[in-house]
Amino acid sequence: MNVPVSHVLLLAVALMGIGLMGVLVRRNVLFMLMSVEIMVNAAGLAFIAAGALWRRADGQVMFLFLLAMAAAEVAVGLAVVLLLYRRERTLDADAADQMRG
Amino acid sequence: MDSWLWLIPALPLAGFLVLALVRTMPHRAAGVIGAGTVGASGAVAAAIAWRLVACPPPEGVYAQTLWHWLGTAGFDATIGLHLDALSAVFVLVVTAVGFAILLYSVRFMAASEGFGRFFAYMDLFVASMLVLVLADNLLLLYLGWEGVGLCSYLLIGFWYADPTNGRAARKAFLVTRVGDAALVIGLLILWRHLGTLQITELLTKAPHVWAAGSGLATAAALLLLAGAVGKSAQLPLQTWLPDAMAGPTPVSALIHAATMVTAGVYLIARTGALFALAPVAQAAVMAVGLATLLLAGFSAMTQRDIKRILAYSTMSQIGFMFLAMGVGGWTAAIYHFVTHALFKSALFLGVGVILLHLNDEHDIFRMGGLRKRFPATFLAMLMATLVLAAMPPLTLTFSSKDAILRQVLLSPRGGVGLWLAAMLGVLLTSAYSFRLLFVVFLGPQRTRFDVAHHRVPSGRVSWLMRLPLAVLALAGGLAGIAELLRVLFGVEGFYAFLRQTLPEAPIVSTLRENLQQQAISVGVSLAGAVAAYWLYVRRPALAGRMVQAPAAAAVHRFWQAGWGFDWLYERLFVRPYDWIAKTNARDVVDWLVESPARLAMGLYRLLRRTQTGRLRWYAMGVATGAIVLIALMVWL
Amino acid sequence: MALAATLMVIVQTRVVHALLYLIVSLLAAATIFLSLGAPFAAALEVIIYAGAILVLFVFVLMMLNLSPATAERERWWLRCGVRPGPIVLGLILAGELVYIVLSGAGAGVAAQTVGPAEVGAALFGPYVLGVELASMLLLAALVGAYHLARRGPDGESRKGAGE
Repeated sequence: MNVPVSHVLLLAVALMGIGLMGVLVRRNVLFMLMSVEIMVNAAGLAFIAAGALWRRADGQVMFLFLLAMAAAEVAVGLAVVLLLYRRERTLDADAADQMRG
Repeated sequence: MDSWLWLIPALPLAGFLVLALVRTMPHRAAGVIGAGTVGASGAVAAAIAWRLVACPPPEGVYAQTLWHWLGTAGFDATIGLHLDALSAVFVLVVTAVGFAILLYSVRFMAASEGFGRFFAYMDLFVASMLVLVLADNLLLLYLGWEGVGLCSYLLIGFWYADPTNGRAARKAFLVTRVGDAALVIGLLILWRHLGTLQITELLTKAPHVWAAGSGLATAAALLLLAGAVGKSAQLPLQTWLPDAMAGPTPVSALIHAATMVTAGVYLIARTGALFALAPVAQAAVMAVGLATLLLAGFSAMTQRDIKRILAYSTMSQIGFMFLAMGVGGWTAAIYHFVTHALFKSALFLGVGVILLHLNDEHDIFRMGGLRKRFPATFLAMLMATLVLAAMPPLTLTFSSKDAILRQVLLSPRGGVGLWLAAMLGVLLTSAYSFRLLFVVFLGPQRTRFDVAHHRVPSGRVSWLMRLPLAVLALAGGLAGIAELLRVLFGVEGFYAFLRQTLPEAPIVSTLRENLQQQAISVGVSLAGAVAAYWLYVRRPALAGRMVQAPAAAAVHRFWQAGWGFDWLYERLFVRPYDWIAKTNARDVVDWLVESPARLAMGLYRLLRRTQTGRLRWYAMGVATGAIVLIALMVWL
Repeated sequence: MALAATLMVIVQTRVVHALLYLIVSLLAAATIFLSLGAPFAAALEVIIYAGAILVLFVFVLMMLNLSPATAERERWWLRCGVRPGPIVLGLILAGELVYIVLSGAGAGVAAQTVGPAEVGAALFGPYVLGVELASMLLLAALVGAYHLARRGPDGESRKGAGE
């Protein structure tokens, strides 16, 4: 079926906005990470839409790289979350403010 | 001979450079370099002086221009040396006495730290003094002037660990600075109106440009006098000399007795023609000399510290020299300078022996009976004291003071009144000098001193100290010979030699007159000596009781404090200045300088707020930045 | 549906619920990819994103062993921590991007699929360097994650014992 690219892009924009709000509003670091995933996913959607528009493989290739990056980021991010939890016994993002001042 | 002149100041200067730049040097080497360069310089000076006398060059001057120093619009100055009769006398005295004192110092300063530094400073001092007396223009003279001031400061505060010494050094420097400032203004006036600072040119030009007694000439001469007053510790800038005794004794001997303090005398003698043009200034010279003479004499009578007695004595004797110059007796003043250098340094060296062996006891009333312990020193100091009191036995009591007294009495500017005042000065001189001698060397021995203390383990006076002392005392004793020759044999010798460069008309007096005056002055001196003997040896308690009465005690305290000048200057200058400095401590300039720092601190505090350490805050920052950038990209 | 699911994600109190909603959101995205003619991307999304990455999330969640009290706290945080700032920012961003999108061309897209073969050819052709770099990135992430989360022999976290 024919889907106007602009619609898809709008959806991507909306998802990105939701993800951003999630990052800024939530205090739990796991939620923040999930929101970041949402944002990445939104960007991937935009890429796919562009690739479909131009009927080339490049969009999907870009999406693949994005996926790889997201995977790496999640792995390291979760390791850091584990570290934070072990130290502060909480998942509060504001608990790690020793770099203040 | 001209081309050898530069060696005279250059040798001690080279000594200074070697000693200053080579860090660790064994004492022997430092002593050899330090004393040796001065001795070598003296040898060269002696050779040149001999030639000067034996076969005089044209105009009686050896001159050597070394190089061109400054050249600006209308003002030229050279580094040039000029040796005539007056300079020759000074050069010989400085190098000879300097050499003797430096030899003495090798042993005296042996236990002190900074041995090499001492000799470096002394060499620099001698070099500066030689530059001062050999300069052919006033700017170079001023260079030497400042150099000796610097060395005086360095050497007074030589033992810098003790803050008292530093204070004394600073006081000396600041007080002489006042004189130096006046001197510079005087130099400026001279240059402005006479167009040159070359001394011979200046002195020949001055009578043509300025009428006798003109305001400018008087101003210039008075300013030069102010400079001389500062350097020579005369009224009103005399407060620094007694405190300067904080320095090592050889320093006191060389700088504050024989040479630097006589730089003022040299300056006035050198520019004598200028003073002849300004009778007011010359009268001022005389007044300053007379006042200082008497003031210092009274103060010396009341001092307990052995070196302060000698300091006031120096002040008083230079007062004599100023008095002589003031009445026109230039040659007499220079003659007195020569003898004073000899006997005063002998006195100081003798005092140094005592200080060294008594572990720095300065109070004469804690000494006593040292004649048995230090017989040779006693003899030397006895001789020197006799010369100081104008009764040198070796020249049948003819001395330089007689020359001065004759000038004071018979010169057109002098008179009986002045002569009587000068006689009072002679009485005081004799009294205080014999007081020192008797209290220290005669009477019961009041101190117990142990031979085995660290400064002089052997307890014997080394020959390196005895020899210079003996030579200086002996030379001092013989110094009255010029007067003797003149009075008894009519030989003007020394006086004529000096008259080549000094504006003096010789005074004629008969043998009978001379002998009469001689007798009177010797009588007065003897009276002083006897009074001292009676008061301090025969009836020592009497002196103590004399100052018990309240009025007498007050006067005694007043004289002992140097007639209250320190007190006055403290109130008049030091305290207001301190107050101004303290109240102005936080002034506009401080604010200006501090404001960048304060601004930075303020900005820091502001920016610090953004570092919350919280992740979400930072994320918000990133998001905001991204939004702004996108907006910029889209709409601009 | 993607929108709805995503919205639900960010307002959850329990992490597990949020994760489940996220999975739903990702699956919805995968179907969108399919309809855009990118079957390969759709498959990847499901397998890697929803399959591996979110499962990793779940693992860590289990490891953390959170107490039920955290749910309470989360609710409290959600209520008190929400300030107008982030919402405004999100809206502004969305507004900007919408503007950009709408001012561009609104071309339709044909239902022509770009199959996996083409993607594979592109990967081994011009993008081969990128593939290598991606693999190095993954290696680095692997080592880093292992090191950071390591527990020492005494059971204490190595990083926690020092400093």
